[in-house]
Amino acid sequence: MRRRTRALAGALAAAVLVPLAACSSESGPPTLQWYINPDNGGQVEIAKRCTAAADGKYRIITSILPRDAAAQREQLARRLAAKDSSIDIMSLDPPFIPELAEPGFLAPMPSDVADKVTQDVVQGAIDGATWKGKLVAVPFWANTQLLWYRKSVAKEAGLDPSSKPVTWQQIMEAAADQKKFLGVQGTKAESLTVWINALIEGAGGHILTNPEAPADELKLGLETDAGKDAATIIGGIGRKGLGGPGLPTADENASMTLFQGNRGSFMVNWPFVWSATNAAVEAGTLDKSLVDDIGWGLYPQTVEGKDSRPPYGGINLGVGAFSKHTDLAYQATECIVGVDNQAYYFATNGNPPSNTKAYDDDAVKKAFPMADVIRESLQKAAPRPQTPYYNEVSTGLQETWYPPASVNPLTTPRTSTDLITAVLDGRKLL
Amino acid sequence: MSTDVSTPERTTGKPAKTPRSERARAEARLGWWLAGPAFVVMLAVTLYPILQAFFDSLFSYRLTAPDDKAFVGLRNYGVILTDSVFWQALWVTTVIMIVSVVIELVLGFALALVMHRAIKSLRGLLRTAILVPYGIITVVSAFAWFYAFDINSGFVNHWFAWLPGISEDTNWFAHQGTSLFVIIASEVWKTTPFISLLLLAGLAQVPTELEEAAEVDGATWWQRLRRVLIPNMKAAIMVAVLFRALDAFRIFDNVFIMTNGSNGTTVLSLLAYRTSIGRLEIGLGSAISVLLFLCVILICFVAIKLFRVDLAGARGER
Repeated sequence: MRRRTRALAGALAAAVLVPLAACSSESGPPTLQWYINPDNGGQVEIAKRCTAAADGKYRIITSILPRDAAAQREQLARRLAAKDSSIDIMSLDPPFIPELAEPGFLAPMPSDVADKVTQDVVQGAIDGATWKGKLVAVPFWANTQLLWYRKSVAKEAGLDPSSKPVTWQQIMEAAADQKKFLGVQGTKAESLTVWINALIEGAGGHILTNPEAPADELKLGLETDAGKDAATIIGGIGRKGLGGPGLPTADENASMTLFQGNRGSFMVNWPFVWSATNAAVEAGTLDKSLVDDIGWGLYPQTVEGKDSRPPYGGINLGVGAFSKHTDLAYQATECIVGVDNQAYYFATNGNPPSNTKAYDDDAVKKAFPMADVIRESLQKAAPRPQTPYYNEVSTGLQETWYPPASVNPLTTPRTSTDLITAVLDGRKLL
Repeated sequence: MSTDVSTPERTTGKPAKTPRSERARAEARLGWWLAGPAFVVMLAVTLYPILQAFFDSLFSYRLTAPDDKAFVGLRNYGVILTDSVFWQALWVTTVIMIVSVVIELVLGFALALVMHRAIKSLRGLLRTAILVPYGIITVVSAFAWFYAFDINSGFVNHWFAWLPGISEDTNWFAHQGTSLFVIIASEVWKTTPFISLLLLAGLAQVPTELEEAAEVDGATWWQRLRRVLIPNMKAAIMVAVLFRALDAFRIFDNVFIMTNGSNGTTVLSLLAYRTSIGRLEIGLGSAISVLLFLCVILICFVAIKLFRVDLAGARGER
C-alpha cells in the first residue's frame, strides 16, 4: 500500500513539474501561438507552411477558438484584458476589431508591414482592418454575400441577375407571384445586423454617422430615408410571409436549406453555400439538376439604380499587444496572408481571398466559377459600423428589428434609435 | 450515526448553564476539525466571489475600457430595477420555475411510487431507465430538444402534424408561448428523475406498518396516500421542492441553446450573462448577479420559514 502511495506521489510531482520545466527552458525557435476560428483545417495547414518557410526563425502553433464569432470575441477580449502574453496572432472577425484596438490590445503595426499587406487588397477588407485612420489588423480573407437564384424562377419572372443587378422589390414580387420563398436571415442574431446594414448602406445611409465617437456621443442614422427603405423591405418580407414560416429562426444554414428545397427562389448568402451544395450533391442527398439550376449575381439593390453595398465579413489577423514576439508575429502574418496561401485557402476551404491577385489562381477558378463576381462584390462591400461599442449597436438592432414581421418603417427606426442611445448612455439594459 | 450532530453549534453559541462534559467538548472539536477544511474552501469559492461581485456592482466598469472605471454607488441597481427588461426576465424565470417544479413534483412522485412498488426483479432496470435523462449533460439535452422541434430538421412537426395547432410549418421557437413550452418540457424531462430520487428516499422512510395499519382500518388507496404517506414524507417533499426550485430559478443552458432569449424568453441568468460576458459590462452585470443571488436567498427564506423545510429532518437526523 505504502509503496503504491509513494509511486503515485512521485508520478503526480512529475506531472506537475515536467511541463513547468518545459516552459522555463524553451529550446529551439520561439513559438508563436495563433488563435484560429474553426475552419476545415486550412489555417492549420497554412501555419505548417509558414513554419517551414520561416526556416527556424519561428514556429507557429494553432489554438482553436469557439465556433461563433461572438464567443470568439468574448474569449479574446477577456484574455487580452488580463494581459495574456500567450496570444501572438489571432484570427479576428472585423466588426470587433475597433473594440480591441481602442484600449490598445493590438500591437501597433510597423509601417513596412502595413504597406506590404495592403498591396492589391480589396478596399472592403482594408476598411474593415482600419481603426481611426490606421491599419490595426492584417487583411486575411474577405467574405461577401452574393445573390443566389434558381435560374428557373428568375427566368419565369423575366429577371437575369447575372447580367443586370436586380432590386429587392423585384425579387419580392417574383417570389410572391410564384408562391416561392426568399432565403434571408431573419433569426435574432448577428446575421440580422448584416442584413440591416447592407440594406441601409445600399440606400446610401449608415447605421452610425460618427462611428469613432465615444459611447455617449454616437449618432445613429436610422431615422432617415435609408433606414425607412431598409425597414420597408424587412417588414414587407416578414409580413407577407415571403421568407417562409422559418424566417424568425432562419440563419445562413437554414436559408440555404430553404433555397435548396422545392420553394427556393432567391437567396442572399455567403459563398460557402456553393461548396456545401456541391458536397451535398456528391454525397447523394441533393439532385445534380439543382446545381445546374443555381445562378449568382451581385447583392440586390435597396433603391433601384443605386449600386448595392454587399455585406463584408471574413477574418483579419491581429497581433496581441502583450505578446513577447510582436516583430516575429508580424513577420508570420505576412507569410500567412501570402497570395499562394490565400488561393489555397479559398480553393480548399471556400473562404475568399482579400488579395485580388489570388483570384487568378487556376485552382480557385475551378472550385468557384463565381470568383470574379465575389471579387467585384468585395470591392463594393460595406463593413458594419466600426465602433468599440459594436456589440451594443448590433444587439440593440436585433432587439428592435425582430421579428421581421414586426418591423415598421414608421416606428422601428425610432424605437431602435431610442433603445441604442439609452443603452450607450447606461440608462437601459439590453 | 444517532448522535446529535447539532450539539456543538448549540453549545458554542451561548454558554450553557451546565458545564459541558469532556466528551461533548471533544466531539465539538472533532466536528470543527472535520468541517473546518470544507468551511474554508466554501468561504474561498463562494463568499469571496460574492463580495467581489457586490464590490464590482458599485462601479461603472467595462472590461475593454479599464481606465474609465468609476464609482457610481447604487446607480447600476437603479438602472436595472427601473428597466422593464429586468422585470420581464424575472417574470419569465418565475413562470418557468413554478410550472416546471409543479409538473416535476407530480410526475416525480408517480415515478417514485412506481420505483418503490416495483417487483424486485424489475427494480434495478426501472431505476436505471428513469435515471438516464438526469445523467445527460444539460447542454446536450437542450440541443436534442432543440433539433427535435426545429422547423428544418425536427421530427416533432412531422410526427404530430395530425394534432390541431401543429403542422409542418409550426415554428416552435418563433413565439414566446411555444418556446417556453419546449424549454419547460425539456427541463421537466431532464430533472424529474432528481425529484423522484429524493421522493423515493422519503418513501423508503415511511414505516410500512403505518400503511398496513391504515389498510386494515379500511382506508382507501387515496386516503392512505393523503393521510399516511404524504404527511410522513413532508420533509423529503419540501427538500425536493426547494432544491429544484432553486435549480430551476437559475435556468440557463436550455434557454441559451434554444432561443438565446429571443421572443421574450430571456431569463435572469441569461440577462446577467449577456451583460457581463457579452457586453463586458462588469459593473452592471455584477449588479444583476447580486440581484439574482438575493432572489435565490429570498426563495430559501420563504421555503424554510414559511413552509418549515427541515433540512436536518429530511436526513433522518432527528
